[in-house]
Amino acid sequence: MQRIEGVSKLVGRERYVDDLDLGEHLWGATVRSPVPRGRVTDLRFSAEVDWSEFTIVVHTDVPGDNTVFLLEADQPVLVAEEIRHIHEPIVLLAHPSRDAVRRAAKQVDVGVDPADPYFDFRAAPTAGQLQRGDDNVLKRLEINKGDVGAALAAAAHVVEGVYETGAQEHVYLETQGMVAWVEDGVVCIKGSMQCPYYVAKAAERALGLDREHLRVMHAPTGGGFGGKEEFPSIIAIHTALLAMKSGQTVKMIYERTEDMAATTKRHPSRVRHRTGLDGDGCLLAQDIEVILDGGAYQTLSPVVLSRAIIHAAGPYTCDNVRIVGKAMLTNSVPYGAFRGFGAPQSQFANERHMDVVAGRLSLDPVEFRRRNLIKDGDCTATGQVIDDGTDRVGVMELALARADYFDRRAEHRNFNAQHAYLRRGLGLATFFHGAGFTGAGEVHLASRVMVAGLPDGRVEVLTSSTEMGQGSRTVLTQIAAQRLGYAPVDIVIVDPDTHRVPDSGPTVASRTSMVVGRILDDACAALRQRLGDAELRGDALRAAIAAWHRENPGGRLSAEASYRPPPGVQWDEENYRGEAYGAFAWAAYVAEVEVDLRTYTVRCIGFRAVQEIGRVLNETLARGQIQGGVVQGIGWALLEECMLHEGAMVNNQLTNYVIPTSADVPPIDVIFLENPYEEGALGAKGIGELPLDGPAPALANAVADALGVEPNVIPMTPERMMDLIEGTATHD
Amino acid sequence: MTDSRIEISFTLNRRPVTLRVDPRSRLLDLLRYDLGLPGTKEGCGEGECGACTVHLDGVPVNSCLVPAWQVRDRAVLTIEDTAEAAVERMLDAGTTQCGACTPGVVMTARWLEANPRLLERFSARHLMAGNLCRCTGYDGIIDGIEIPVPDREEA
Amino acid sequence: MRVDLATSFEEALRIKAERSDVVPVAGGTDLLVHWPDAHALQERDWLDLSALTELSHIHFEPDTVVLGALATYWDVIQDQRFRALPLLPAAAATVGSLQIQTRGTWAGNIANASPAADGVPALMVYDAEVQLASTSGRRSVPLADFYHGYKQLEARPEELIESIRVPLRPHDFENFTKVGSRAAQAITKVGMAVAHSAAGWRIVANSMAPTVRRCRTLERLVESGGTVDSPDGLLSAIRADVNPIDDIRSTAAYRERVFSRLLYQTLLPACSSFS
Ligand SMILES: Cc1cc2nc3c(=O)[nH]c(=O)nc-3n(C[C@H](O)[C@H](O)[C@H](O)COP(=O)(O)OP(=O)(O)OC[C@H]3O[C@@H](n4cnc5c(N)ncnc54)[C@H](O)[C@@H]3O)c2cc1C
Ligand code: FES
Ligand code: FES
Repeated sequence: MQRIEGVSKLVGRERYVDDLDLGEHLWGATVRSPVPRGRVTDLRFSAEVDWSEFTIVVHTDVPGDNTVFLLEADQPVLVAEEIRHIHEPIVLLAHPSRDAVRRAAKQVDVGVDPADPYFDFRAAPTAGQLQRGDDNVLKRLEINKGDVGAALAAAAHVVEGVYETGAQEHVYLETQGMVAWVEDGVVCIKGSMQCPYYVAKAAERALGLDREHLRVMHAPTGGGFGGKEEFPSIIAIHTALLAMKSGQTVKMIYERTEDMAATTKRHPSRVRHRTGLDGDGCLLAQDIEVILDGGAYQTLSPVVLSRAIIHAAGPYTCDNVRIVGKAMLTNSVPYGAFRGFGAPQSQFANERHMDVVAGRLSLDPVEFRRRNLIKDGDCTATGQVIDDGTDRVGVMELALARADYFDRRAEHRNFNAQHAYLRRGLGLATFFHGAGFTGAGEVHLASRVMVAGLPDGRVEVLTSSTEMGQGSRTVLTQIAAQRLGYAPVDIVIVDPDTHRVPDSGPTVASRTSMVVGRILDDACAALRQRLGDAELRGDALRAAIAAWHRENPGGRLSAEASYRPPPGVQWDEENYRGEAYGAFAWAAYVAEVEVDLRTYTVRCIGFRAVQEIGRVLNETLARGQIQGGVVQGIGWALLEECMLHEGAMVNNQLTNYVIPTSADVPPIDVIFLENPYEEGALGAKGIGELPLDGPAPALANAVADALGVEPNVIPMTPERMMDLIEGTATHD
Repeated sequence: MTDSRIEISFTLNRRPVTLRVDPRSRLLDLLRYDLGLPGTKEGCGEGECGACTVHLDGVPVNSCLVPAWQVRDRAVLTIEDTAEAAVERMLDAGTTQCGACTPGVVMTARWLEANPRLLERFSARHLMAGNLCRCTGYDGIIDGIEIPVPDREEA
Repeated sequence: MRVDLATSFEEALRIKAERSDVVPVAGGTDLLVHWPDAHALQERDWLDLSALTELSHIHFEPDTVVLGALATYWDVIQDQRFRALPLLPAAAATVGSLQIQTRGTWAGNIANASPAADGVPALMVYDAEVQLASTSGRRSVPLADFYHGYKQLEARPEELIESIRVPLRPHDFENFTKVGSRAAQAITKVGMAVAHSAAGWRIVANSMAPTVRRCRTLERLVESGGTVDSPDGLLSAIRADVNPIDDIRSTAAYRERVFSRLLYQTLLPACSSFS
């Protein structure tokens, strides 16, 4: 099935938040903190501006709690006194002229009494830098399985390694944007977002409104990747505050530079591994420490840390595992959700480390993985028994075959011996990604989906799942159409609006097809039940719906379903034991690189992505998800470096923060293996995040293969590669 | 402010228009906010992303870098000029995901399709490099371009 | 902000003579970047050159090519006659993207005076001359002498660039190399243009000094046939010619090392004194 809104996007008819015709309205702008840590002493409004033309909002104008509520109420809507990071919002302005408000924002001077900031999350804070407890640790988590100490002591080989990853900016092509207005006493917010109910919950609390007086609507969203998971709550509350104070419609659209400087990014990480092996190269013990830079506020760091540690030991069999995770509070701009949610960081370390280990044991990385990849009946680090019947070694062998791995490696050896300055290599990564929320997350969410039969026989689907390019509208249509025996045109997906759709949970964690799709399945069944015949499909169903409406004029024929946990899923949140996820997707990626020793530039010249994802619901959409994710992963591994100064990005322009162009990447060869997952909609597991986990380690392993160096830090920019190859130390 | 508006006439999507523009206005602003054509997108305002691509006198340009008064007496073609039939192949190829880059991508792709001989000298991946896309990984975009076999005789 | 829409080059020159602080604009690809925040530029008066058809010509004369001040990168890429000066289309194809190449002008690249400019080294390596015009007359300045320091030009406030003249000479060696942060649409971190003709060796570096610069010490080294057996053998001459810096895009150490390697590998097949 073709993407539902595809034509509309291709001919420029889709209306994003900045495209809405609002009539007369104000433009909003934000005055931000100039320092990373300190106290606001005074606000000086320049005499050059006629401030009577402006709507001005400061923290005392926040009618409810001055907090952007998510997991913890630590982040203020507007700074009252204490500044925790550069670019923290302090004053909001609105004016009919966009240009005027932008200029005025530069005419507000924030006086501060600075304090000692803490930036390097890898080093302990000094006394003066303490801001949380006695160590600035935001969250600590641990996984324990077996006896790591004893196993390491008994191991034939112990191999250690340290791996680091940098921050990554989402670069959704549409920047953050929101509009707000007040209508009949209801504060209405509409904009670019992944999770309307996150925005609603945060806004209710900050604006002091109940659900009836606050309405949040999703506008077509130009990319999210996690960047529009929690951050939109902030800009939504800001825009609403300006609308409430001015009584007018207010629009706030971030400039690209502001968006890059002031919004969340992927958490930087450092991971240490100590691995014990027996004489045959089988894993005996994995001792792992994961540290994330959480930034200045908690945002979703505890959840990111959780996913990071659950994935940190990779898809391998090992009886003794200890994983310690810490997220640090620093004075950097807060890090937040980003596609993959910690798993890319910890699996970069693990997959890179597996190659290092194989190297130390003089084992081929492929052979090493054949010996250690998890087999049915074995269990993961949390003790989750894997028995889904997927042939994980087979997934790897297929990727190797697609890449012609062994012959190509031999060719590369010859090439490398002859060429003056080019070196080629191949790298492999085998990895997994847990689909849906961790542990009991889905049970707590208790997501709901509604369907309704319309008088003309069509069926409406009401969920809070948002379309941001990943194809959720299309997939939900497909699921409903298939279940009801309908043509896709007879399924109507209602735009997410908290006054119309039930809370089906956030559009995150690769959960829409698998989890929301499954609830939709149940809702479709409930609709048929309501009509008294569970077998009704197609024309018969249409006729029954139409008949119902004739008998109940003006009535609403709706049916709802909510989340049902798959049987047998047990998760111990205290001890991090049990079934972390209902299902895992499995993958093996092979990257081919060419390194230019004149310029130290690494180019990806070939890429194969093989994955087992349950069932593929829509081939074009699924392939697009994998290809897009892989290219984002290539960018993270090779090009994308957030240059941080005082905890904020200073290369906050697309010229200086470079993401891959079409010329930087090869075609991405995507192969799906299907092993239907009973609890997912039509057998699907999630796929949205998986492709971020594999590219970076596959590329680093390929560079190691090409050059015989150990690239354990990404991004592998030419400057960093020069230091690695030449043994210089010019780049931090 | 003593700024005076400047009167300009140009051809927009094959129709003549005359209007007064703020001297500070970029072609992008003129299209989106004054002429009610928000199909053209702003992704960066610095000439990097190509989301704002339009055709100016028949060649692709970034409308965020064109002062509005520079289009006087010229012809501008925007995404709104695109027929649904022209994007069928792109729909199947997965050219669009979130759609924010898409109008720019389509405008560049349409131009390549109209000038296939360029592909004798440059690869489609090179020619499309001015259109950043964060969703598709570019395969969907490259596969969506209809490239007729170039007539070598003519070259 | 006030804009003068000049209708002839003579009129433009008159305006520039009367108000030398007006900002001339051609393709706008430098001037319009981040425009909504370019408040200082928005306070200035502007002079639009873009409609002056008399500046958009490209003439091939017997021993010179004349690029009018409005000639764009795309004009050169498309024009088969530039096979005679292959580094010009080669450099043009590396500038930004298609959308930049169709608008950006060679004259704008010269006047913008970025050390990272890609059009300038290709012109400079061919001994191009900048034709300057004002109401009081015309003069010609070798591009290699056009920059006195970072963004300091050999052009008087009342002068505009009218054209660029590039000598047409047979070359037996030509090379243009650009190292950017990615494969396309990247600003140059290290760049060079190298050519050899009856006039001798020309070596030009960009992103290696406050201006694009002709490297006369390196040229003399190559010309003299002094032996060079590794990239490091070029370092002292490189240090005499340029002085790269650390900035947001790269480091001085990277620039110097990469420049030496590229230049060495480039000259190795062409110079018998290299081994
Ligand atoms: C996304 C992007 C990527 C880019 N990539 C590259 C790149 O890879 N390599 C590169 O070299 N450049 C690059 N550029 C810079 C730019 O495209 C070039 O410098 C271009 O050649 C400038 O020409 P223009 O006509 O657009 O100049 P304008 O912006 O119109 O003017 C530039 C300067 O020249 C002056 N000027 C223009 N014409 C005249 C004249 N006739 N007489 C006197 N002064 C004049 C102007 O006053 C101004 O100071 C890039 C720009 C962007 C936005
Ligand atoms: S908005 Fe014009 S190039 Fe990005
Ligand atoms: S489709 Fe989202 S950026 Fe291209």
